[in-house]
Amino acid sequence: MRMQLAVIPGVRALLGLLLGAVLTITGANVSAQEFKLAMSSPPTSLDPHFYNLFPNLNVSDHIFETLVTMDPDSRVIPALAESWSMINDLTWEFKLRKGVKFHDGSDLTAEDVAWSMDRPATIVGSPGKFDVYTKAIVNKKIIDAHTIRFTTKEPYPLMLADLTSIYIVSKKATTGLSSGDFASGKGMVGTGPFKFAKYLRDDRLELDRNDNYWGKKPAWSKVTLRFIPNDATRMAALLAGDVQAIENVPTPDLAKVRADPKVSLYSKVSHRVIYLYLDSKRDKSPTITDKDGKPLDKNPLKDQRVRTALSMAINRIAIRDRVMEGLSEPTDNLVPTNFFGYNPALKLVKYDPDGAKKLLAQAGYPNGFGVTINTPNNRYVNDEKIVQTIAQMWSRIGVATKVEGAPMSVYSPRGAKMEYSIGLLGWGAQTGEVSSPLRALLACENVEKGFGGFNWLKYCNPKMDALLVKGLSTVDDKQREKLLQDAVAIAVNDAAIIPIHQQVTTWAAKKGIAYIARTDERTHAYEFIPK
Amino acid sequence: MLVFIIRRLMQSGIVLLVMSLLVFVGVFAIGNPIDSLISPDADQLERARTIAEFGLDKPLWDQYFLFIKNALGGDMGRSFAFSAPALGLIVERMPATLELSVCAIILSIVLGMPLGLWAGLRPQGFAGKTIMAASILGFSLPTFWVGLMLIMVFAVQLGWLPSSGRGTTQLLFGVPVSFLTIDGLKHLLLPAFNLALFNIALVIRLTRAGAQEALLQDYVKFARAKGLSNLRIIGVHVLKNILIPIVTVIALQFGSIIAFSIVTESVFAWPGMGKLIIDSIRFLDRPVIVAYLMLIVVIFIVINLVVDIAYSLLDPRVRLADTKG
Repeated sequence: MRMQLAVIPGVRALLGLLLGAVLTITGANVSAQEFKLAMSSPPTSLDPHFYNLFPNLNVSDHIFETLVTMDPDSRVIPALAESWSMINDLTWEFKLRKGVKFHDGSDLTAEDVAWSMDRPATIVGSPGKFDVYTKAIVNKKIIDAHTIRFTTKEPYPLMLADLTSIYIVSKKATTGLSSGDFASGKGMVGTGPFKFAKYLRDDRLELDRNDNYWGKKPAWSKVTLRFIPNDATRMAALLAGDVQAIENVPTPDLAKVRADPKVSLYSKVSHRVIYLYLDSKRDKSPTITDKDGKPLDKNPLKDQRVRTALSMAINRIAIRDRVMEGLSEPTDNLVPTNFFGYNPALKLVKYDPDGAKKLLAQAGYPNGFGVTINTPNNRYVNDEKIVQTIAQMWSRIGVATKVEGAPMSVYSPRGAKMEYSIGLLGWGAQTGEVSSPLRALLACENVEKGFGGFNWLKYCNPKMDALLVKGLSTVDDKQREKLLQDAVAIAVNDAAIIPIHQQVTTWAAKKGIAYIARTDERTHAYEFIPK
Repeated sequence: MLVFIIRRLMQSGIVLLVMSLLVFVGVFAIGNPIDSLISPDADQLERARTIAEFGLDKPLWDQYFLFIKNALGGDMGRSFAFSAPALGLIVERMPATLELSVCAIILSIVLGMPLGLWAGLRPQGFAGKTIMAASILGFSLPTFWVGLMLIMVFAVQLGWLPSSGRGTTQLLFGVPVSFLTIDGLKHLLLPAFNLALFNIALVIRLTRAGAQEALLQDYVKFARAKGLSNLRIIGVHVLKNILIPIVTVIALQFGSIIAFSIVTESVFAWPGMGKLIIDSIRFLDRPVIVAYLMLIVVIFIVINLVVDIAYSLLDPRVRLADTKG
């Protein structure tokens, strides 16, 4: 039946008209349209608590909701929790929105919320659990059906940011289910704008509109998310009209998409900063050589002047214009301008090869030295190309630079084993504020506090650490932001890492469909809107 | 024949064991999968816990023996990324890949043999020369490029066929297949042709060479002298004699099509096993990689066995018990 309708557009239009008439009478101002969207990576599980991985989150967002969520600019806004307040420094009270129903018709209650907070820790076989966001909560107390209190051991200002990652599932529907069961649609009972219809692993997820949705109802009555990892194929699917929109437009096709009158391009600066990390700790570093390629027993990167010189020698504007097709935002910060903790005092490092040479000479390397930059080649937009460009720029100030690219799965185990002297990585501040990169990339390694998990080359600056620790336990937003901004300034001025740019995320849609582009890189079918 | 099969099966067991060891050590050498799997917000404790949960903290030999022990019981381990049994994940995608492979093989036989015969019978004719020239293209053009061109022409420019994905599926004996619906066939056509292209060229060349050689044989002259119709000479006597190399090659190609349809599957976003193995390699999802390669080895072993048996049926001179190895 559906196929026939697709073949005869006239009939569909007529039906749409009829349906439209009916809906107008009932007062709902939504059209009955089907929307197909191509994603660039498939989820590994439909269980929203299984794996904190980008494609999984992307899919869960359509079906499940969180207590608080992020708007397109990554600011925290109310979702299932209508309001919240702090009873004292350790206790948060959340008031649930009334009248919210799960897809099976049952009411959302504080019971479900408590259940959803407990569930992430119980997941087995997950390579990346969500309990990193729930473990600060030591006690949950249900006050009434629509009020719940969370208690933490220490003052915990990241509570709201963390809660944006915990999806609320129905206790009744998910009790006794394992993560694998979700693929069949069991347990896929959320409160979100779309209901689960059909799932073919690695191929597509079909969704129906939730007509009882409490918020703004999406324009599409039926949505198909197709998973097409191959860039050229995804692009072709859009051009052929098999899908109406795609995420992650391949860079080589940007010019074509911009010129195509049938397609519109949307882009937004992402929360992901692309940066170089440097070995400032060890006396001898694995890929540091003299200019002839013989290992050097001194590590020039220990000298802050050398690190700063390397940063000055990078022409970030040229990288944006030549390598990134204009789609990157050069930066000397760790988060985008509108994020909590962005430090406006940190201006973009001026491209100054002569100044860099002078600094190198002052540090005792008038003739430079040799180094290899390691980079993933399948993870970030143009990752290896960026590094090749930087290598040429560094060669100009006398630092003979080699590039070694590898797929992420090969690159990261070696990086974690400290086999590199300089490497490229990207970091997305998923919590929407700057403490996320500070904790993971720059803080002194501390297993107990969970600091420095991705601080592969063990940079450590006690002064910055002290500010960060203080900031993390300061509940007052103003004071906290000042502390974190100061911490960022210390790290960046020390050239502990060299930020290159904020990545820009792209989407393309058929003319006539608009997209509300998001900082957190996510792609939501309900944020595509017919014009 | 029975002795032959038993000996073959024992050899296969050893091949499987060596294969599993190689893959295991190989993936281990690349590094710890957790480093690329773990979510960025996880801390060191979480990392250590995950490594322990997957048993990756144990020495390689312990991990390997545990794997062998489970594998003998039919459990190939659970995928790290999907948290589902590895073998189940592969089997779930098998119908899609098999469907594609079978279609590709049928296409290469249906198109390749008649074209090859034609070229073999009239090697000097215009048609014969065109066929041979076209077969060179089939050999030499890279699969991914042809795939993209097919999409550009038939989906984007002409709009006749869908650009990618698998169409509507229907259950046939409990297995989802897509060739029973019009929509499914439309989706199947381009990837199947893309996958078949190389094999069509291969079959054309084999058939042509075989036919040219056979036409000079005494039995053909004898059949001609006997006054048999041309159709019968070509269709029965010649064809039967040139079939042996073609059967071997097609069968082996069938194995490699199943195993390495990766390129076509990723270009056409076809949800088959090839796409799974690529993703798994990207994640270093060892259980899936090992299970997949073991399964492929099994497929090749079975195909080789079938080929040997098919030989003896096609050519009574071949005695299986005599073929050592």
